Amino acid sequence: MTNVKVKSVAKTYGPIPVLTDISTEFEEGSFTSLLGPSGSGKTTLLRIIAGFIKPDEGIIMIGNNDVTNVPVWGRNIGMMFQSYALFPHMTIAQNVAFGLERRGIKGEAARKEVDRALEMVRLSGFGDRTPKQLSGGQQQRVALARAIVIKPSVLLLDEPLSALDRRLRQEMQVELLRIQRESGLTTIFVTHDQEEALTLSDKVAILDRGRIVQIGEPETVYERPLTRFAAEFLGDSNFLSGKVENGAVRLSNGTVVRSDSALPGNGADVTLAIRPEKMSLATADSQPNRLSARITTVIYAGPVLSYILETPDGLPLKLFAQNRDGRVLREGETVSLSWSPEHTIAVAN
Amino acid sequence: MQNDQLALAQTRGSVDPRVKRPLPAWVSTTALLLPTYGWLTLAVFLPLLTMLAFSFMSATPMGKTPVEFTLKQYRAFIDQPYLLRIGFNSLMMGFWTTLFCAILGFLAAVALVRATVGKTREALLVLILLPFWTNGLVRVFSWTMVLRENGFLDNLLHMVAPDAGSISILYTRYAVVLGLVHGYLPYMILTCYIALVTIDDAIIEAAASLGARWWTILYKILIPMAAPGLISGAVLIFIPVIGSFMEPRILGGRVGVTMGTVIEDQFTQAFNWPLGASLSFTLLAVVLAIFATFSGILRRGTAG
Repeated sequence: MTNVKVKSVAKTYGPIPVLTDISTEFEEGSFTSLLGPSGSGKTTLLRIIAGFIKPDEGIIMIGNNDVTNVPVWGRNIGMMFQSYALFPHMTIAQNVAFGLERRGIKGEAARKEVDRALEMVRLSGFGDRTPKQLSGGQQQRVALARAIVIKPSVLLLDEPLSALDRRLRQEMQVELLRIQRESGLTTIFVTHDQEEALTLSDKVAILDRGRIVQIGEPETVYERPLTRFAAEFLGDSNFLSGKVENGAVRLSNGTVVRSDSALPGNGADVTLAIRPEKMSLATADSQPNRLSARITTVIYAGPVLSYILETPDGLPLKLFAQNRDGRVLREGETVSLSWSPEHTIAVAN
Repeated sequence: MQNDQLALAQTRGSVDPRVKRPLPAWVSTTALLLPTYGWLTLAVFLPLLTMLAFSFMSATPMGKTPVEFTLKQYRAFIDQPYLLRIGFNSLMMGFWTTLFCAILGFLAAVALVRATVGKTREALLVLILLPFWTNGLVRVFSWTMVLRENGFLDNLLHMVAPDAGSISILYTRYAVVLGLVHGYLPYMILTCYIALVTIDDAIIEAAASLGARWWTILYKILIPMAAPGLISGAVLIFIPVIGSFMEPRILGGRVGVTMGTVIEDQFTQAFNWPLGASLSFTLLAVVLAIFATFSGILRRGTAG
């Protein structure tokens, strides 16, 4: 159990910067997700921490050790891959024992450790089978057992659940979280699935073009996005842009919108982000911020209704409503939307 | 099954008078298999059968001597015990050639797969295939230029150490094995390469993350996983090498007497086809016996 520190790490491939000045700390026993679109550098960062890629600049610390120049095999990491990467010519028990053997643990002692690890991932009694005889989910659990049995300093997960189908993935998320909590391993998890990141993590780091644009607890990152990218990538957002006027924002169509966020001085351009589920259809006791819009598309998804709307001046908006009274609005209807200044977040472009 | 469905579809369609009556399934199956089996019969089974027939004759059926059925040709190893020594030497030659090819070929294939990408890899593959495209005789003779006294190797040594004695490994078994390894190495590189490219990078990375260094990855992961490639390479090399006669003759000189040269002599010099044929079949039997013995072990080694 140790923390991991990344200090001013940079990496370029030829002329293309993949990571630019990344500095962050992964706290002891925490579960952190690196979230970003492909090409954002999240996998590169994970592979630099693992030791598969050498950074051009910067330092990697695992605990109190500077491991920047330590090769992969000397870093004591547990790693899971999207493709499971089990050794196909070995039995499940041999797979799990592989890392123990490298540490000189053999015979009875190794057998006990292997049994314990397989029990932890609920695969007791599967030791004599080969990877081919197991389902995808079972194989990934073997990979997890193989990674944690060596008591690694840090657990690195490279999109381990992406290859599984939806139901299995949710099952594995629960398993993964349980095992992470039981083992108390510092875990870094790369994913492009925002829901997965929010569900599993103590902290979410959002990466965009080689930079961490925001890192924090899932609620903070979701409720208070710092940039337009963060607001757009993690969940959905409606964006309104305008100019600051007397502590409020005047949109180009003249509507004045209030926000609890700290706003720049009079006359400055500002972008506001509002989550679609924070908007509601206006009633008598509605919030101060209002806009009227025409419904262009209705998506009926059972418990949730999604409306896609357009303001008279052509601004697209989204609204998510709970299906509380079974009443569904029609396409073409014009409605009035309202939302609170608290949920109106000023974001950097 | 596809054929049956096709036939079925046609049967249903035959209500329509414009559609011809379908042929029975066995006719199309036979017709489709005929080229393959026909060719195999013509190119493999018939010549082998002819040779088998020869091996039971008392003399080549082209002279004036009357030809009778006999088993005496198969007693050659008992009647002429020196053949045992030659046979053993041939097997050893096959063993060493295969071993060196396996070591060099496997490492070359690993380097090819792990260290290169794209265009470089293609260029290297072409370079590896070059020995295939050069005439075998030219290839072997050029080795004599390198290996003989006052040859390239000798001169190179004297440039470094002028006082050193003259080295000449031409007309030794080393020279034969060297020439054979050069000629047959591409088979091993290619079979190993094919086996190695299918190994997912993540498997090697997983091993490294668990604490394995390169040599552990080599003998715990790469060699076991690429074993099918090593085995097929070994089979492809061992069989032609123990029957080879050009390399032993040119590079081996007096010591280059092998089963291959003995058999070739029976056909071209001694004009004793029956003995040549029986020696060939004996050799074939020995090789099959060796593979039968090892296949069990190998199959266990590559299970999974």
